Amino acid sequence: MQAFSALIDGLIYTRSRDHKVRLIADYLRNTPDPDRGWALAALAGTLSIATVKAAAIRAMAEERFDPMLFRMSRDYVGDTAETVALMWPEVSADAVAPTVSEVIDLLNSTSRARAPIVLAGLMDRLDANGRYALLKLATGGMRVGISARLAKTAFGQAFDLSVDDVEEVWHALRPPYAELFAWGEGKSDRPDPADSAFFRPFMLAHPLEDGIVDLDAYAAEWKWDGIRIQIASTGGETRLFSRGGDEVTAAFPEIAAAFNGIGVVDGELLVRGDVQGGEAASFNALQQRLGRKNVTAAMQAEYPVFVRLYDILFDGAEDLRSLTWTARRERLERFAAQLDPLRFDLSAIIAARDFNHLAEMRAAAREAEIEGVMLKRRDSPYLAGRKVGLWYKWKREPLVADCVMMYAQRGSGKRSSFYSDYTFGCWTPDGALLPVGKAYSGFSDAELKWLDRFVRDNTVARFGPVREVEKSLVLEVAFDAVHESKRHKSGIAMRFPRISRLRRDKPADEADTIAALRAMIG
Amino acid sequence: MWIDPSRPAERALVTHGHADHARSGHGAVWATPETLAIMALRYGTEMGTPMPYGDGFEANGVKISFHPAGHVLGSAQILLEHAGERVVVTGDYKRRFDPTCAPFEAVACDVLITEATFGLPVFTHPPIEDEIAKLLAARAAHQEGCILIGAYALGKAQRVIAELRRAGYDAPIYIHGAMQKMCDLYAAHDVALGELILATGLAKAEMKGAIVIAPPSALNDRWAQRLPDPITAMASGWMRVRQRARQRNVELPLVISDHADWTELTDTLLELRPSETWITHGRTDALGRWCELHQLKARALDLVGREEEEEG
Ligand SMILES: [Zn+2]
Ligand SMILES: [Zn+2]
Repeated sequence: MQAFSALIDGLIYTRSRDHKVRLIADYLRNTPDPDRGWALAALAGTLSIATVKAAAIRAMAEERFDPMLFRMSRDYVGDTAETVALMWPEVSADAVAPTVSEVIDLLNSTSRARAPIVLAGLMDRLDANGRYALLKLATGGMRVGISARLAKTAFGQAFDLSVDDVEEVWHALRPPYAELFAWGEGKSDRPDPADSAFFRPFMLAHPLEDGIVDLDAYAAEWKWDGIRIQIASTGGETRLFSRGGDEVTAAFPEIAAAFNGIGVVDGELLVRGDVQGGEAASFNALQQRLGRKNVTAAMQAEYPVFVRLYDILFDGAEDLRSLTWTARRERLERFAAQLDPLRFDLSAIIAARDFNHLAEMRAAAREAEIEGVMLKRRDSPYLAGRKVGLWYKWKREPLVADCVMMYAQRGSGKRSSFYSDYTFGCWTPDGALLPVGKAYSGFSDAELKWLDRFVRDNTVARFGPVREVEKSLVLEVAFDAVHESKRHKSGIAMRFPRISRLRRDKPADEADTIAALRAMIG
Repeated sequence: MWIDPSRPAERALVTHGHADHARSGHGAVWATPETLAIMALRYGTEMGTPMPYGDGFEANGVKISFHPAGHVLGSAQILLEHAGERVVVTGDYKRRFDPTCAPFEAVACDVLITEATFGLPVFTHPPIEDEIAKLLAARAAHQEGCILIGAYALGKAQRVIAELRRAGYDAPIYIHGAMQKMCDLYAAHDVALGELILATGLAKAEMKGAIVIAPPSALNDRWAQRLPDPITAMASGWMRVRQRARQRNVELPLVISDHADWTELTDTLLELRPSETWITHGRTDALGRWCELHQLKARALDLVGREEEEEG
């Protein structure tokens, strides 16, 4: 447990993403099984201990501490688990600290009623940092600024594997990931994910900066304004995955139930029909469902969702990813014919005569759900990640960037009780975030409520009226221009930035870079 | 007559040299010789009557004497005796071992006026040996860069240096220019600090693998940009709370404090069992609540113009 708590503290105090990855990689290399597997699960958010809830920790505190002293301490520290960890009596010199797996075993084998007693017994065996790590581990809220993707990146770095290879097998495995580590250390073959439905990394697009492409070499499709989704139906089950590889089957059960093919397809989740409130409302309705563990029939009826398919990765057990786009498109059209047309359709190919014609069509497209144009190289295989020259996105709105929320501040007037002013940043090459602008408009009242809650739940530091938040929320920011700025550490500033949308589906490390923003100066 | 007055006074008793206790511009000053030396260094020629530990004098029928507080070099508690009643003002104090100053002396009293900087049950300062070991391990793992420690220029900096020496670290230690005179003053008072080198004007390569000590305000300013890939550390009792360390962009928090922690504060009250306790300087509410729970008569003495103790 000491090595794990040292890792957690290291991650809390380290700001550079690369350094965080290195800390995790070192830990994974130097820690025995199964401790490291549980730790990896905790970081990737795949560990859950059903017997311990936040209330158990409060109950433990109330039983041991004077309620007034506890409240004063809690107010000062700002975090219940940390307060309890710090107030707990110091560990006796002869106590033997538990291992991570001992903690997991004990907590998993107890009842919810007995969990506080078991937890207290473990607390007595740990120093203050160990107690903090224990409580965070037990409640599942690590809050160390690590996404699932970054945890997998660290695993890859530890054992010299590409993160996409790790991603391939990840969803077929369960904590504490013994097969994964055996593979990483070269002690066994790559785990075979064939008998379960698992996530394959998406192929992603580069923005089309300027210049034109030859439509003989590239196919054009509309860029749909929904949520990118992968449907994997293999090994007798159907699962849905979002951009970051998180499973979202439970959020869209009607899609999983309707999918009657066997294979893996790539598409865009959209809402059918004229949804009241237009584009934003439908997109937001989808976003709100993303994080849910279950959705009501009413929610399903209110926003009828369907998937617009644009690629196929597997047909049955046959891996099609090495085929050209043209060949895959043909297979997709055949595959889609068997699916329920109410829930699945095909993303049409735009019949443009040439690039100029396409530009005209793009400019004239007024449908709310069209965000721009996608250009896909006809002879390219389906490759994980963003590869130069294969797929381009050509957004209709030229100046939009995905930024990460960094700080929030209360608004004024009727908004004074909400955190409604947001400072957001983009990435530097060495993985740090630097602020690029501040916005306080562009969202609905419902979104404001959500954002306010997000800020309160994810505060990592307070400076007077300003809160620093966990760098996990991507905001799509629309703006009129970018220019050089001496006042900003990033060297650039946005003109009239406003939040165009909340990208709860997008991992923070996929937000835009300072360099990408700089390229828009002009 | 005032103790640690926050604005110029005719006659002032000064417990120790920190800026929130020792101000300039008083008429007559009584303080320990070390505190007077520190005030002279900070404010120029400050006149005063030296009061070595144990010594005292009488004014208006009140006997006044100075006793070690264990906080920084020269720090004192002040005992006031009048008509058989004894009042002790602790000033800032701690009860842990500190190679740079005389240890705290428990002075029996009827009324104790205690500080409460770390008067919350979350504050337990770990053994300083553990924190120094953490610092040395970080240095060993970061030989291609340096460790930059933010430490208050009076007391904390010298204590960290002396503790590094006690742990067997005998390489030169690099210091910020603002600390030099205070380190010289400590050395002149027989506090061995070993070889210190001014960090200003050196090439980056010279400071690879070094430990550099600077005032907290210098951590994030341009001065620090001249150091080779520094890991930012901070020596302060506030570092016990993660959010406080993160607020200051600290990568290596060192929980080292010259104030009493919660256990020291409460143990001192149990040891002295004064018939009345006045709580100042910090979290008066929580320590007051603790006194209530332990049937000790206490009240909060909220001083105007006091902010949270910076030196921690
Ligand atoms: Zn002081
Ligand atoms: Zn003070």
